[in-house]
Amino acid sequence: MNDNFGPKPWHQTNWDFRAAFNFMFGSAGAGLLVAVAISGAAGNALRAEMLLGMALIGAGLLSVWFEIGRPLRAMNVGFNPFTSWMTRESFAAGLVFALGLAAVWFASLHLAQAAALAALVFAYCQGRILQAAKGIPAWRVPALIWLVFTTALAEGAGLFVALAVLADTPARGALGYFSLALIARVLAWSIYRGGVAKAAVRPALAALDRAGKMLVQLGTVAPLALLLVGWFVPEVARVLMPLAGVAALATGWQFKFVLITRAAYNQGFALPHLPVRGTR
Amino acid sequence: MTRWAMVADLRRCVGCQTCTASCKQANATPPEVQWRRVLDMEVGEYPAVKRVFVPVGCMHCDEPPCMHVCPSTATKKRPDGIVTIDYELCIGCSYCAIACPYQARYKTDRASFAYGKATVQETQAFNPKRLAVATKCTFCVDRIDAGLAKGLTPGIDPEATPACVNSCISQTLSFGDLEDPHSNVSQLLAENQTFRMHEELGTGPGFYYIWDKKQGDASA
Repeated sequence: MNDNFGPKPWHQTNWDFRAAFNFMFGSAGAGLLVAVAISGAAGNALRAEMLLGMALIGAGLLSVWFEIGRPLRAMNVGFNPFTSWMTRESFAAGLVFALGLAAVWFASLHLAQAAALAALVFAYCQGRILQAAKGIPAWRVPALIWLVFTTALAEGAGLFVALAVLADTPARGALGYFSLALIARVLAWSIYRGGVAKAAVRPALAALDRAGKMLVQLGTVAPLALLLVGWFVPEVARVLMPLAGVAALATGWQFKFVLITRAAYNQGFALPHLPVRGTR
Repeated sequence: MTRWAMVADLRRCVGCQTCTASCKQANATPPEVQWRRVLDMEVGEYPAVKRVFVPVGCMHCDEPPCMHVCPSTATKKRPDGIVTIDYELCIGCSYCAIACPYQARYKTDRASFAYGKATVQETQAFNPKRLAVATKCTFCVDRIDAGLAKGLTPGIDPEATPACVNSCISQTLSFGDLEDPHSNVSQLLAENQTFRMHEELGTGPGFYYIWDKKQGDASA
């Protein structure tokens, strides 16, 4: 990383799989709410997908709740909206649940769209939470914000497409949105990879590269190919499209799991100068 | 205004870890928690090998990343530069520990003692408020405040000075007010070449490392 003197970086031990689950489930849930709002779903389909999206966000937050040291003080998380993205994430989550539950109650697409806006803010906050962690070089790269954000969109769209096939063949608009989200995610990965190369240590880069390879090959190229085949051969579309959706979702999840639990090396300590002892 | 800061003269440190032991005694930190620790580094290749001992801990930054990320406002910075943690507010999310570039923060979920069963000193000093929340070096803020109330000068009068500084056998560690040009730390910074850890991150650490005399003073 540099020519300074000091002990080698080591992996952080404060956040484990429980924190990773928040970023995995939370972003997929937020992305699903966005996909539902864009699709124009109505009635029970809208209700079911909205509930699933909120359940995923809730599962992520519940997972973090199991990790914090003082769970009975969890409400204190809302005390610092001025500078803490974790507080802002909790506010966004509250808004998602309020608007989302109202949308489910009234089966209202407009309320679902408002909930989707809050979900976008929630996904953005998740990116900012990681980027604000100055102690982890692989996270503090600004491009990570957009990678986390686009990953949420791609995962949610993938989940939406996979679920939509259960009822009917997804609309072309939904498939188009899914494809765009996949392309945005892979572009964000490419930009992030360029930035993180200068910041992160070798073991972190190795972990990220393995996860990134999956993201590109299984999470982008394969789903796009499956969608293309499904487009031209409608008979197999009902089999291929859920596969494409699940691939996008699973690779996004594995990437974030790796990001939190495998690539989160600190930068150790570094001395730009050694002490000059004795006479000269 | 006052800006409390610490200076470590890397030319003097012998790695005896007395500051670490003193901190543990003064603050009753549990096993594996060292608010003041000393890194033991070996650099170079034989025969040109050097050992360097580097005291580290909370740097009491001007722009503490731990404070900005803290969702509960448990972490605060006082006007005199000391970064504190309110154990009653902290939720133990460890976000501050992740955000700290100096690995200065600890979280201990369960009570633990050096020899299994608590010693008399550990029993007397045990503070359940510190369990499952973030903890770190406080610059012995209680000693500073109590000393100031008595009219003492932190960094000069031992009663008002952080325990690690008091115990340092080689006078590596110094503590004082950066804003006072006549203070011991201001004098040290004026006479020597220094750096701060990970300065490029813009955190503005309140902990300086001396590595050499200033160029003009090299022959002095």
